[in-house]
Amino acid sequence: MLVSMNWLQQYVDLDSYSADELADLITKGGIEVETVEQLNKGISGVVIGHVLECQQHPDADKLNICKVEIGEEEPVQIICGAPNIAQGQYVAVAKVGAVLPGNFKIKKAKLRGEASHGMISSLQELGIESKLVSKEYADGIFVFSEDVTPGEDALEYLNLHDEVLELGLTPNRADAMNMIGVAYEVGAVLNRSIELPSPELVRSDEDVEGYVSVRVENEGDNPYYGATVIKDVTIKPSPQWLVNRLVSAGIRPINNVVDITNYVLLEYGQPLHAFDYDRFGSKEVVIRRAIEGEKIVTLDDVERSLSSEHLVITNGSTPVAVAGVMGGADSEVQEDTTTILLEAAYFNSKLVRKSSKDLGLRSDSSARFEKGIDRNRVVGASERAAQLIQEIAGGTVLKGIAEQGARTIEALDVSIEVNRINQVLGTEITETEVAAIFERLQFSYQNFGGTFTVQVPPRRPDITISEDLIEEVGRLYGYDNVPATLPLTESTPGQLSEYQGKRRHVRRTLEGAGLYQTVTYSLTSPSKRHFFSDESVEAVRLAMPMSEERSELRTSLIPHLLEVAQYNRNRQLENIAFYETASVFLPGDELPVEQEHLAGVVSGLWQEHLWQKEKKAADFFVVKGILEELAVEFGVEDRVTFVRAEEPKLHPGRTAAVYLDEELIGYIGQLHPEVEKELDLSETYVFEINLEKLLKADVAHLKYKKLPRFPSVTRDVALVVNESLEAGEVKRVIKEAGGSKLVEIQLFDVYQGEHLDEGKKSLAFSLRYYNPEQTLTEEEVKKAHDRVLKAVEEQFGAALRQ
Amino acid sequence: MQERLQALKEEALSEIQQASSMKEVQDIKVKFLGKKGPITEISKGMGKLSKEERPKMGQLVNEIRNAISDQLEEKIARLEKAAVEERLKKETIDVSLPGRPVKRGNHHPLTRVIEEIEDLFLGMGFSIAEGPEVETDYYNFEALNLPKDHPARDMQDSFYVTEETLLRTHTSPMQARTMEKLNGEGPVKIIVPGKVYRRDTDDATHSHQFMQIEGLMVGENVRMSDLKGVLQSFAKKMFGEEREIRLRPSFFPFTEPSVEMDISCFNCGGNGCSVCKGTGWIEILGGGMVHPNVLRMSGFDPEKVTGFAFGMGPERIAMLKYGIDDIRHFYTNDSRFIKQFNSL
Ligand SMILES: [Zn+2]
Repeated sequence: MLVSMNWLQQYVDLDSYSADELADLITKGGIEVETVEQLNKGISGVVIGHVLECQQHPDADKLNICKVEIGEEEPVQIICGAPNIAQGQYVAVAKVGAVLPGNFKIKKAKLRGEASHGMISSLQELGIESKLVSKEYADGIFVFSEDVTPGEDALEYLNLHDEVLELGLTPNRADAMNMIGVAYEVGAVLNRSIELPSPELVRSDEDVEGYVSVRVENEGDNPYYGATVIKDVTIKPSPQWLVNRLVSAGIRPINNVVDITNYVLLEYGQPLHAFDYDRFGSKEVVIRRAIEGEKIVTLDDVERSLSSEHLVITNGSTPVAVAGVMGGADSEVQEDTTTILLEAAYFNSKLVRKSSKDLGLRSDSSARFEKGIDRNRVVGASERAAQLIQEIAGGTVLKGIAEQGARTIEALDVSIEVNRINQVLGTEITETEVAAIFERLQFSYQNFGGTFTVQVPPRRPDITISEDLIEEVGRLYGYDNVPATLPLTESTPGQLSEYQGKRRHVRRTLEGAGLYQTVTYSLTSPSKRHFFSDESVEAVRLAMPMSEERSELRTSLIPHLLEVAQYNRNRQLENIAFYETASVFLPGDELPVEQEHLAGVVSGLWQEHLWQKEKKAADFFVVKGILEELAVEFGVEDRVTFVRAEEPKLHPGRTAAVYLDEELIGYIGQLHPEVEKELDLSETYVFEINLEKLLKADVAHLKYKKLPRFPSVTRDVALVVNESLEAGEVKRVIKEAGGSKLVEIQLFDVYQGEHLDEGKKSLAFSLRYYNPEQTLTEEEVKKAHDRVLKAVEEQFGAALRQ
Repeated sequence: MQERLQALKEEALSEIQQASSMKEVQDIKVKFLGKKGPITEISKGMGKLSKEERPKMGQLVNEIRNAISDQLEEKIARLEKAAVEERLKKETIDVSLPGRPVKRGNHHPLTRVIEEIEDLFLGMGFSIAEGPEVETDYYNFEALNLPKDHPARDMQDSFYVTEETLLRTHTSPMQARTMEKLNGEGPVKIIVPGKVYRRDTDDATHSHQFMQIEGLMVGENVRMSDLKGVLQSFAKKMFGEEREIRLRPSFFPFTEPSVEMDISCFNCGGNGCSVCKGTGWIEILGGGMVHPNVLRMSGFDPEKVTGFAFGMGPERIAMLKYGIDDIRHFYTNDSRFIKQFNSL
């Protein structure tokens, strides 16, 4: 909503408040003033000029040499190229030294040999947006249509010294979508009285009855409809004051009658529609639901197809308007129109919303109907319009209104106690103060011992319950006056849940291990899903995605992490170490199943320290080490296992499934070299695990283990086995055979090559034996160690390496 | 004999003086003080002296032996010290060479801001509630006093999955989900951080996915002044002790009265600058007193309890706090961006 200061001044005395001060007060009162615009945009030096002579330039077809009186001693010569310039016109002249928008300075000039002392301006050149310039001046200079005096300030005449406040209205404050509503609000904020228009309409003796009747089929759809008929009007351009008002509100002037309906829309918030009575097609107005498939060509010359969910105005047979949204082209007011049928109605907001949405038509009218207009202002608005039409377009208003429905409704009673107000706000507002606030709002009320019963006027449909009144009191009392206190409620312990605490620990562990956290989008595409998972994985798809790229919820975190890797690699940031914890979504019953996953991507150099010649490239074991550390952190290091596996897009020889006990919780591996090539990534490792499984694993409390009291014995053993045999398997067998005294097994060397047969490798383990009860004897160690050697020999044919 | 001793002493001291290694010093010791050395020999020959001369000579021998011995020890100490110095000199390193980098990652800036806010509210006795990112229309809208045809639904165009489920447009659904479980028994003190989604085209200031932190406190005697007090603590913690806050009336369907909170500009201190668009104030969050319909629908009696709720955007807070100019940085994850958030 754009509010002109000059216009507002008509209703409320704004004296002593600058636009900025007023904006600040309105904002504090609850309606945010988003901008304060100076219409003149810093222009100066533009005066009214009278074109005394106008002749074609001898050397240029399109230029005219004009003698223009600008209130100075001598007329000045100005060269003008506008097609509509003519002798006798009153025009806006930017004098030499004038400044136009964009700090454009007017200087003396010579055009094809002729001196030009200034510029005759178009409205656009004075900073008025093209879309607000009426058709007749769209392509040329502006011409004053009334008596004006040369030399006077042209900007004053065009209302360009005005300032305009732009209100950002929340949906509940539709009451401020019109000047009267704004006047009430500003009056309340400034605590000043307001003066509203009271149209004095002179009606003729001729009764409207003979011209038109109104029938509403369903009053629920249209609680009130009124038609006024005005004869003998002359359609022409509007007077300048009316044009100025519309332009300041961002509406383009069309002709006097249309402009008046728009003016009243802005002033009263009441959408009106003017039909050409002679083109209406009948003497009856019937308001009904459209028939399925019924057609209407609207004012914008588009044929629209309607349904029974749309309300239409008809002439008894065919629709002439979509109620509250747009009129039809056939009954539009045109230049030759002489009789007007003026509609003022209250339509059901839900129906208007439905039509406007279905037809894709948002108009100033529909916006107001949708948000709710003042039920009690409908007739007043129609009278205001009729009066203006009479004044400006010279019509005769017929007696009476053809109407159906009640013109007004009762105010709503809402009660509130002063105590309750203070209890909710934490304030100590007195009864007198509350009463004063209701008076500022112009709400009538009764007060019985601190209980106020307020008659809420229909102009404020947002107020229906006592809390709404608390807000009214609070906002005008001023939230700056509400103290800042500490809650009185019982104290509660604030702490993370076990899961939340563990999740934070996961982040710290991973970051401590060298990974950086990322946050990526949940929405992805089917192609990304298919790229990284087998066909059987299904996803949750949006009903109406904005793009295919973001059309479904991800089932894995890896694809977007790979995007991050690509993004960074494309910027020469090749050393990549990222992780993310986020939900993945799998189809479920009522709602999808959301699982929190942890995933990571690692590529390039893992560790480097150049001058000491240290360089460690990321590899499988870097990533595995991180997951192992995580298992240690959560007390499941003995329960997490890595088992060789194959995954669709991973390197078949460098991939492992991750198990917690017997349950698969994720995988880890190198990207398949072909995938790396496709994504233009170097050797890249990824992992993804179901974080919930890990964090919710049932783990015994941390408990102290007694420190060793006796020495332990260590034996190293190098075993020669087939190269395909996995070290993990050998370790498992050693552990089984070693018995309870074997407390630690460490692989310390893997060797293949010289001194070993083809197809063989050597695995060297360090085995530590310990007895918590007493010092181990040589005998005990030998017994256990022999069992180990025997087992590996039997199971794998492992020989001791010499 | 006396002269001989004196001469020996001179000779020994001179040799000690000239010695430059441990080996030489040892040799000198053996040469003069050893069992076969001249002084031992002289001592042995003392038996031939007279009774009167013997003690005198004995004393002299001892004196000379001690003198040599002292000098030797002193020389040894000096040599040892020199040796140590020599070694330290050899071991000297260039301390200006760079240290070995510690491999360490860090939080994403959004996590950093969210954890900071979480900790602040944990300290005030709030707990952290989390809920599903795909919600029912009921919890996302209806239970928050936004019935199906409410015009305010326009304000948050959403991603629907089915007619009844959608990607949550705020984390407020946890208000109803939390309260429902309590059967009308307060107090409720939660904050709800999480991802939310709206149908926006991504640009420098819009993102179809972003974070939100919702806060809710319900109980007997919860007042708007408490909301102001809690938010004041928040503003001071996040943006500095000198920050002032102001509440402005606003509108949200789930609160009545509703407010927006501004903080005094941390960039200019309130005089007006580009950060605060000349107003001296920066809009940070929205909130208000929980609408009685919301309380009622979740099983609380608005006659007995009141509550406040607020919602804030970690992206906006991070952008203001760190001067980040484009919301997309949070989601492109340029490592040069993320790595900047590695210190306190
Ligand atoms: Zn500032």
